[in-house]
Amino acid sequence: MSEDLKILNDLSQNEYKYGFVSDFESDNAPKGLSEDIVRFISLKKKEPEWLLEWRLKAYRHWLSLKQEEPTWANIHHPKIDFQEIIYYSAPRPKPELKSLDELDPEIKATFDKLGISLEEQKRLSGVAVDAVIDSVSVKTTFREELSKLGIIFCSFSEAVHDYPDLIKKYIGSVVPMTDNFYAALNSAVFSDGSFCYIPKGVRCPMELSTYFRINSAGTGQFERTLIVADEGSYVSYLEGCTAPMRDENQLHAAVVEIYAHKNAQVKYSTVQNWYPGDKNGKGGIYNFVTKRGIAHEHSKISWTQVETGSSITWKYPSVILKGDYSIGEFYSVAVTNNMQQADTGTKMIHLGKNTKSTIISKGISGGKSNNSYRGLVKINKNADHSRNFSQCDSLLLGDQCGAHTFPYLEVHNKSAKVEHEATTSKVGEDQIFYCNQRGISTEDAVGLIVNGYCKEVFNQLPMEFAVEAQKLLAVSLEGSVG
Amino acid sequence: MKENKFKKNSSQALTTQHETRMLSIKNLKASIGEKQILNGINLEIKAGEVHAIMGPNGSGKSTLASVLSGRDVFDVTGGEVLFDGENILDLSPEDRARKGIFLAFQYPVEIPGVSNANFLKTAVNEIRKSKGLEPLDSKDFLVMMKERMKLVEMDKAMTQRSVNEGFSGGEKKRNEIFQMAMLEPKLCILDETDSGLDIDALRIVANGVNALRSKERSFVVITHYQRLLDYIVPDFVHVLYNGRIVKSGTKDLALELEEKGYDWIKEIKADAVEFSNK
Repeated sequence: MSEDLKILNDLSQNEYKYGFVSDFESDNAPKGLSEDIVRFISLKKKEPEWLLEWRLKAYRHWLSLKQEEPTWANIHHPKIDFQEIIYYSAPRPKPELKSLDELDPEIKATFDKLGISLEEQKRLSGVAVDAVIDSVSVKTTFREELSKLGIIFCSFSEAVHDYPDLIKKYIGSVVPMTDNFYAALNSAVFSDGSFCYIPKGVRCPMELSTYFRINSAGTGQFERTLIVADEGSYVSYLEGCTAPMRDENQLHAAVVEIYAHKNAQVKYSTVQNWYPGDKNGKGGIYNFVTKRGIAHEHSKISWTQVETGSSITWKYPSVILKGDYSIGEFYSVAVTNNMQQADTGTKMIHLGKNTKSTIISKGISGGKSNNSYRGLVKINKNADHSRNFSQCDSLLLGDQCGAHTFPYLEVHNKSAKVEHEATTSKVGEDQIFYCNQRGISTEDAVGLIVNGYCKEVFNQLPMEFAVEAQKLLAVSLEGSVG
Repeated sequence: MKENKFKKNSSQALTTQHETRMLSIKNLKASIGEKQILNGINLEIKAGEVHAIMGPNGSGKSTLASVLSGRDVFDVTGGEVLFDGENILDLSPEDRARKGIFLAFQYPVEIPGVSNANFLKTAVNEIRKSKGLEPLDSKDFLVMMKERMKLVEMDKAMTQRSVNEGFSGGEKKRNEIFQMAMLEPKLCILDETDSGLDIDALRIVANGVNALRSKERSFVVITHYQRLLDYIVPDFVHVLYNGRIVKSGTKDLALELEEKGYDWIKEIKADAVEFSNK
């Protein structure tokens, strides 16, 4: 490739500004998956026997699925070779960190580049951050302050050692290891993630945040997040993610479990910006994630997601409305551009009486991408007077992309009320011209129009995240219109 | 000596006159698809002037507005348009807007979820940026907005609502004039701003326009009806027919049109064609 061409290529592919690779030493497991690898991971993490057994059970279940990945989603990709993946990669361990100053300067620089200087975060924004690089949690900030309130916020591995009873009680209680193909895989090989426990009656005074980063080549990331909100507590949790640009596809199969006790409220916000692959669909993250919450009496779980990254997204953050008067919410913006594919939505399972759920989904597709909403609203026969409202809007940019809606409604109770609205629209030429005529360029106009379109969802995000999401949206849509 | 001075003055006057020419449309032709709509328009507009363009349906009035503002559904097939001496036909719509051309739309477009205030702030700051000015901060912007809102008797709630969404016909047109007041253009093109307005709304809109008239700002007022010109009194009136200006005059021409309708214009046109064929 001539130098000019290379520069041109670099320039035209610079949409993904998080595509750098950080150069710190990492500790990898050999490629491939076997019982030995599961044992290796468990050993590396010095886990108790029961957890190893749990992992092995999950692994055996996964094996019994004979590598038959789910095929019902509206996505297409070559068969994944699970023996080609590295299942454990950690930045080479250093002695226990006493403060942020001891963090590997390269890792710190990585987070600075991502725009989340941990120190800044700590000092200014009052957001507690847990940062996960590849498979291992690197640093959790604000821990001491939180612990004064009895709030536990730490990496999953630490929690296994420090709070084994809580982990043992809640792990797999919302997403069983046998739930689905990727959940089983995750349960066998999960390496780290975040754990959070809010005690009875405590309102967490700050946003808790986990930042995920895949750095090493050829690795999969399999983190697990577990949030337990005890009776009458409240927590708002943020999750962000990025990965380097690489030519091969990388697998991210995470599990998030939320357990909301009586009267508890959990708000979970995600801004997902994994590397989406290049314009021709080369590379990018396969984002196959299982997220679910269980809501007891009078409790509330809200999922808000802004999905702009990943070459393929397959995720359905769901709520099991178990207790009477519990509430589930799902607010989603899913953007696909170029060759990206997304099949995302939610499941609201109404078991308790007078339960209520709201689904607002905004799909935006540009380039040659494919964007599907898939959602299930299930009202069980005992769920008297349950209500659901769903609104699924699709916005098309250009004429080569696709938008699809697959709503499933299963209503087994006559007193339930279920509403579903759906629209498909295009960004109008007349809207763009109107903006142009006021001095606004076409690219900015599309950003403005799409942001307006997503407003209902952005309004649900914490302030800082909303600003980030808006910027991200504008970047993701670059070049999406003729 | 005296004579010399006079001469000098007169030549200066000529130059000044030449320099104040803001818009020069020369033999402008445009089509949509196969259909020729503008058949050679000639028009000169100086700074501070108000030109009314009238004509029957389908004569090309709105096409002229669209072509001037750069809407790309029309193909310019001939002629040129000079704005401040520069040919603008190759410029994008946003660049024309940044140079000071404003179109008040006949059918203002709705943009759901984008507040009027946010939309205008983006627009104002884009235009400032093109002039090398710093963006306005929120406080200055609000002060400016509050002041200009009065021009069209707009209330604060309207600035918080989504752009034109759920606005009545009158509110939409008032909003166009409000945007004009905010963006401070040099050339304002009003495309049938009076259509769909009741008499009170018409007065409010016209008052807003009149308040914005100045020595530096010119207007092209496109309308079917003389009524609007009772409120916005033009310096010149042109009649457009079959994509050509077939008659020009002062505001009296508008009154004549009101009285006689457009049929006699069509006859003039026929004569003119015959004449030019000779």
